[in-house]
Amino acid sequence: MNGKKRSWTGVIAVSVAVALSLTACAPGAGSAPAESSGPVSKDVAGAGDVTLTVWDQNTDEGITDAQEKLNAAFSAKYPNVKIDRVTQSFADLKTTLKLALSGDNPPDVVQANQGYPDMGAFVQGGLIRSLNDYDGLYDWSSYYPESLLKINSFSADGKTWQGDNLYGISQTGEVVGIYYNKKILTQLGVEAPTSLDELEKDMAAAKAAGILPMAYGDIEKSPGIHLFGVVQAAIAGSDAVNKLVTGADGAWTDDASVTAAKTIQDWSSKGYITEGANGVSRDDALAQFEAGQSAFYIVGTWKQAAISEAMGDDAGFTTLIPKGADSPVTTGGEGLAWAVTTGSKHPDVAAAYIDFINNADAAKTFIDENSLPSVIPADYTPKPGLETDVFDTYGKVTSSGGLVPYLDYSTPTFYDTLTSAVQQLTDKQVTPEAFTEILQKDYSGFVGSK
Amino acid sequence: MTVTTRLRSGETRPAGAAPSRARRRRVASLKAFLYVAPALAFSLIFLIVPTLQTAWYSLYDWNGLSVATWAGVQNYIDIVQDEQLRDSFMHVGVLVVFYSFLPIAIALLLTMVISRAHALRGMSFFRTVLFLPQVIASVVIATTWLSIYSPNGLLNTLLRAIGLDSLTRVWLGDFNTALVSVGFVGTWLNVGLCLVLFLSGVGNVQPELFEAARLDGASGLQEFFGITLPALRGQITVALTLTVVSSLKTFDLVYITTRGGPGNSTSVPAFEAYNRAFNSGQVGSAASVAVVLTIGILLITALIGRLQPKDTE
Repeated sequence: MNGKKRSWTGVIAVSVAVALSLTACAPGAGSAPAESSGPVSKDVAGAGDVTLTVWDQNTDEGITDAQEKLNAAFSAKYPNVKIDRVTQSFADLKTTLKLALSGDNPPDVVQANQGYPDMGAFVQGGLIRSLNDYDGLYDWSSYYPESLLKINSFSADGKTWQGDNLYGISQTGEVVGIYYNKKILTQLGVEAPTSLDELEKDMAAAKAAGILPMAYGDIEKSPGIHLFGVVQAAIAGSDAVNKLVTGADGAWTDDASVTAAKTIQDWSSKGYITEGANGVSRDDALAQFEAGQSAFYIVGTWKQAAISEAMGDDAGFTTLIPKGADSPVTTGGEGLAWAVTTGSKHPDVAAAYIDFINNADAAKTFIDENSLPSVIPADYTPKPGLETDVFDTYGKVTSSGGLVPYLDYSTPTFYDTLTSAVQQLTDKQVTPEAFTEILQKDYSGFVGSK
Repeated sequence: MTVTTRLRSGETRPAGAAPSRARRRRVASLKAFLYVAPALAFSLIFLIVPTLQTAWYSLYDWNGLSVATWAGVQNYIDIVQDEQLRDSFMHVGVLVVFYSFLPIAIALLLTMVISRAHALRGMSFFRTVLFLPQVIASVVIATTWLSIYSPNGLLNTLLRAIGLDSLTRVWLGDFNTALVSVGFVGTWLNVGLCLVLFLSGVGNVQPELFEAARLDGASGLQEFFGITLPALRGQITVALTLTVVSSLKTFDLVYITTRGGPGNSTSVPAFEAYNRAFNSGQVGSAASVAVVLTIGILLITALIGRLQPKDTE
């Protein structure tokens, strides 16, 4: 009995000691490495033998091949640099990157998602370094259009998105738009829509002809962001949505957002989108569209290669022009930002690497692999068909400032809030007004606490 | 060092002056402690410290990266006040019915039928089939049911085939049926486990008891309530513990089939803890959910343990 009692007191004593040593400071205190502020250089060959650990999410076919080619080319140019590539899906990267960055041995180069939930939190935690000094060396500011640089920028404290410090550069361009089936539109005798009114007219015609107007599957919850984003952008315009997402001005309960919510619920009531979409997977909906069973499908340009392979010349891509505007406005931006970690021991090599895989030569590698680069080379003529649609649209929206950010960038918890609210909206569990109030509650809590 | 010297001095002492009993016992217990030290160190590092850390995190408002701010018990208050978190605990309550109570009831019914047909041919085959769901990886099970519940899946096709078109729906996408649909997968999963437990329990009952009951003219029901059920008390407790715990910590099925949707209608505490910790940067809130869940599981397990008959062990 005696021994048993003693071992218990031992365990308790140890537990208390551990608990006390833990509570000595708040979680996260003193974990961020100090930012090096030494002089920067372009010199890679003189850095000696370096192993660069790189975390990316370029897993899509085409994009991963391009990445492999670029890595091989970099190592061929600088034999002293070995690239240790760690690649995983977007969702896996999102969940593991925070842990990797806050650990003792962070990777040197990582792909960080833009917006407050990821990049903002990394900047705030001092985990990725400002690239302003390297921008001076490599002149990214003149290669990328202003609108794309802004998306990858934050204030130094990580609290204001699109601030003065550049934290990354991106390889690929992204626009969310409406893919359409040319055969079905010809059969209905309508043109590809360029405004919300036209889209609704086309969908009504499809419905009347017994064709599903728009395939939509939302079991994974993320497609809801794109559906609402495209409609909201076409109603509110780029300025209002940009200000809203960056936290500069406006509210989710504003008229434009309520109208967008009403429009989507209306589509659901009229049977314009797949019935019971909350139980249909995104891939099943896409397969339905690809099989010619629906007239429209909303998704980003990253599906260009897949859709073009499945449908050939039957597929087209369009975006919507808001009332009173003369160019399209839609959700989009660029691929995840390539960033350099604060803990990297070889920032010069890391910066040279991200320049190498993002520059104009790299853009050509991506085009060769049927992917849309963030900056389309001026001398490149896209292949006729879907590629022309996609490349032209991207050129138009980036040059006219028609890109609005992904709505889930708004607050750290907005992804969950928005996706679950859209599911409630399409299933008529909430009114459009109540839908916008759910969003506003999350938003005002975050914006108010900044 | 002190341990070994003491030991050695004890050994070299002449036989007549044996060390006191208490000291010998202390030496023995220290020795025993050395034997368990590796295991203890392991559980200390990988179990006890993380548990304490989680409890400590739960008192902070922390995004996992920046310096945390003290939140006191606010995260715990939120569990009660935040509709989404509160609902997740309600949902898990519903799941207990489907994961635990229903399978046990169904398995008891099957036991009653099967135990009367002792010489059923191919019994071991059926037992294997019924137990199979327990052996298959839960990801495979979830993906299979995802397809069964899909708009043109097996379930809707069957309903249409027998003319019940009005009942067809997108089971996992409907706010009214999603939670029940997820729960039913748990029922299917756990029936086999309960049945195998109960059948082994019935196998321990002396056949003479059944014989005697039959000679006395007992009906099947009387036999079940008079002999089978009391004999199975131990197994029912085990089944209850296993299935209730598995329902409370449900994560995989929800993660794969619905991700908590539609809306939040199938979110459960384990999923909320995961999502808040790794996706939405609410580590403190996630930790508090985990702490409440752990305490809940410990309490319920302890309560169920009281049902365990003392004499059978």
